Amino acid sequence: MSQVFTPNSELQHLAGQPIAEIATTLTINGVERQLVIEPWTTLLDLLRDKLDLIGTKKGCDHGQCGACTVLIDGTRVNACLKLAVTLDGCEITTIEGLGQDGNLHPLQAAFIEHDAFQCGYCTPGQICSAQGLINEGRARTRLEVREQMSGNICRCGAYTNIADAVLEVLESMERA
Amino acid sequence: MNAPQKVGIGTPLSRVDGVAKVTGTAKYAAEYRVPDMLYGVTVVSAIAKGRIVTLNEEAARAVPGVIDIISHLNRPKHAWFNRSWKDELKIPGEPFKAFHDDRIQFAAQPIAVVVAKTFEAARFAATLVDVKYETEPHNIDFETSLAEKFMPGVGHRRNTYHPPKDHGDAERAFGEAPLQHAAEYHLAVEHQMQMEMHASTVHWHGDGTVTIYDKVQGSQTSKELVASAFGLGEKNVRVVNAFVGGGFGGALRPQWQLHVATMAAIHLQRSVRVVMTRSQMFSHAHRPECTYQIRLGAAADGKLVAVLGDATTSTSRFESNMEDIVTWGMMNYACSNIQGSYAIAPRDTYTSADMRAPGAATGMTLFEIAIDELAYKAGADPLAFRLLNYSDIDNMNRKPFTSKALREACHEGAERFGWAKRSPEPRSMKEGRELIGWGVATGLWEANFMKTSASAKLSADGHLEVASAASDIGTGTYTVMVQVAADTLGLLPESITARLGDSDLPTAPVEGGSWGAASTGAAVQLACQTIAKKLLKAAGGVEGRPFHDVSSIDELEFAGGYMIRRGDPTRRVGLLDAMRAGGLDVIEAQETASPGIGGMISLATKARNTHSAVFVEARVDEELDQVRITRVVIAVAAGRIINPKTARSQILGGVVMGIGMALHEETAPDKTLGKWINHSFGEYHVPAHADIEDIEVIFVDEPDPEVTPLGVKGLGEIGIVSVAAAVVNAIYHATGKRVRSLPVTVDKLLAV
Repeated sequence: MSQVFTPNSELQHLAGQPIAEIATTLTINGVERQLVIEPWTTLLDLLRDKLDLIGTKKGCDHGQCGACTVLIDGTRVNACLKLAVTLDGCEITTIEGLGQDGNLHPLQAAFIEHDAFQCGYCTPGQICSAQGLINEGRARTRLEVREQMSGNICRCGAYTNIADAVLEVLESMERA
Repeated sequence: MNAPQKVGIGTPLSRVDGVAKVTGTAKYAAEYRVPDMLYGVTVVSAIAKGRIVTLNEEAARAVPGVIDIISHLNRPKHAWFNRSWKDELKIPGEPFKAFHDDRIQFAAQPIAVVVAKTFEAARFAATLVDVKYETEPHNIDFETSLAEKFMPGVGHRRNTYHPPKDHGDAERAFGEAPLQHAAEYHLAVEHQMQMEMHASTVHWHGDGTVTIYDKVQGSQTSKELVASAFGLGEKNVRVVNAFVGGGFGGALRPQWQLHVATMAAIHLQRSVRVVMTRSQMFSHAHRPECTYQIRLGAAADGKLVAVLGDATTSTSRFESNMEDIVTWGMMNYACSNIQGSYAIAPRDTYTSADMRAPGAATGMTLFEIAIDELAYKAGADPLAFRLLNYSDIDNMNRKPFTSKALREACHEGAERFGWAKRSPEPRSMKEGRELIGWGVATGLWEANFMKTSASAKLSADGHLEVASAASDIGTGTYTVMVQVAADTLGLLPESITARLGDSDLPTAPVEGGSWGAASTGAAVQLACQTIAKKLLKAAGGVEGRPFHDVSSIDELEFAGGYMIRRGDPTRRVGLLDAMRAGGLDVIEAQETASPGIGGMISLATKARNTHSAVFVEARVDEELDQVRITRVVIAVAAGRIINPKTARSQILGGVVMGIGMALHEETAPDKTLGKWINHSFGEYHVPAHADIEDIEVIFVDEPDPEVTPLGVKGLGEIGIVSVAAAVVNAIYHATGKRVRSLPVTVDKLLAV
């Protein structure tokens, strides 16, 4: 039996078309960058492939795992679901912008202390998501933290330690 | 003078690679910047079985930025003979060779790679490749495949397979037993779904050598494959896997993205990166589906008199993957009449593979549901029933254990959980709308040890580097290496660097089977002991010769940067002072730890296993049958614990994956299309934050100098074994509903 599969036949006529480039200004980790970006480039691929900010991870490319979570103007977003050219003028914070070796963000320090990761691949996304959760200001209890962190999958199963780390930072902020 | 405090084995040191991981500087396979690199996106088959008739690349090649398309039509030469496709796991059969020819053997099989200057161009062009197939009838339905089940002959079996050993007359004993239980149990296909997608970045240096950053659980297994199957030669290939974003068995074998990336690089004589999509991650390794018929007989007093098990697991048509399924139940309980059989059933998928605790996570888990059922039939408390049938020896192999603190695990776990307050009757505990159930199960896994080499290098500035081609897939190998070195030479962790994940380093096996800490740890200890011996020799030149009567490092203690005469702490020499006295700028050593060293008992005389007791509280909505796992206590007997912090995490991870096995994880076949239908994180459900509530881990004291040189048994796998059984047993206790097919989804509960 013979079969033909053409997954994208309706787009065949676009094959030879040149790809436009669009001037876009992004402020990434406090540094303003004038970029020329193809419109089909996601924020995730821009960060990883073009800017070598590999701390933001690709775990599914479908907005289903949370590994690529970054902060856009303080709000947590899956970078794989955003086309970079749509973010002109936005401020983007990635894990590299939250803290560095010798100058760790409290969440980064708490993640180490509570062993809130194993393989480390979902970790930058978990930490950025936790910062987003703190910015939202809606989580107070462990139950709320667990519920509101549920967009970030950790296959190593560090969930209870992640909740401990996030709660510790939340509580220390409330005390301060 | 007191001996300085030691920071070594047994301390809860935070991961030494922690800063790299939380700051995003740890580099995984797809994250190495390589000059002039091209991006490859793989086209996979839309059919499950047949042949490629034509591959029309015209539109795809027209996309600006596309450099080339490589398929079976134009690929570089690769080895014809199966034996050249090296793989440490040695699964019998014909290994899958990407782009080998026009044959399609499974759905989403890689058939071509589009290579372009940008990822986006390659991704778009890959969707434009027109493929015409000739289809052949396929089957991916497990039930249907059972008609073709078989047992591979001797010489065609996996070398890890242990055939069941029968004793007594189990059929007769079962037939005559006053208490009988017989039922069929089932486990769905699961996928490892490690967070990092498989990737290979091939750095083509242009001088005949390549460096490959690969997602794999062992750099040297990928190196062997590439060097041999693609004719690059041993000395020209280096594979790096310094950070691995999860494995769980899914990356034990070099995967097809390595074939694809290597062929593209050879064809183009350029650096190429190939990353699987999440959907493509479902095209390869997965835990086999399993059906397991269990028959148990007990005397009126509840003592087991018969254990019978017959199991079949799924494999592909081209390789025979095998697991130990029925043996665990035959080993675990005291019973004189035991009998088991096993077979594999081929279907048109990729070959099933090891996934966390392969065999035991399936066989022991399903068996522990059956034992629970028999306990209820006997009118016994499920924990008391297990202790009544406790075996102090490996009941199948009739060998004593090097150690087995399962009884202690049961008692300590029960105490922490509050088991004594359990109301025995099913459906007798309730709070609000939720029925509450408490379930228990016991787990069993192997304490493995593999030949491993490591090197150590002490510099005159006091820095120690230890290295091995081991991997750290999240297990904590970096940290364990540092701790063992710190312990052996009495140095602070801050002055020690561990290197791993590089095929150029001393030989180590793939990371799996829970052998990493015991084996790599022993190799590091040996290398550091050789350094210690050289230091002792060098100390002979120290003024006053404080060690003139010391003939062996056993007479010394190493702590705080000193070697100290045991029993006389005033006689001490700084390590660096010894080096100076000996005129040494650097001391180096390389050693190999092989099974049998350091008082280890051979497998022939004693059984070496880890054990666990898992207690679970399930809350089930009375009307909706929705299940929450509100509390887990797991008590683990696994010998010596090198790092209580990372050890606890390993067990937590196993428990979470066990909850996934119990309630969520199931890869569903579309029998008509011949493919896994829920190939995304959106539809293949793994536990999320909201699913995981309270988990408590207890390590039971279990000194065991015989099992491995460090007394370590390994923890990567025991954490998952039987967790799903404890969940199922808790759900039964809550609801009175017994589900024998995992995962226990709401529809199955509603149907009881």
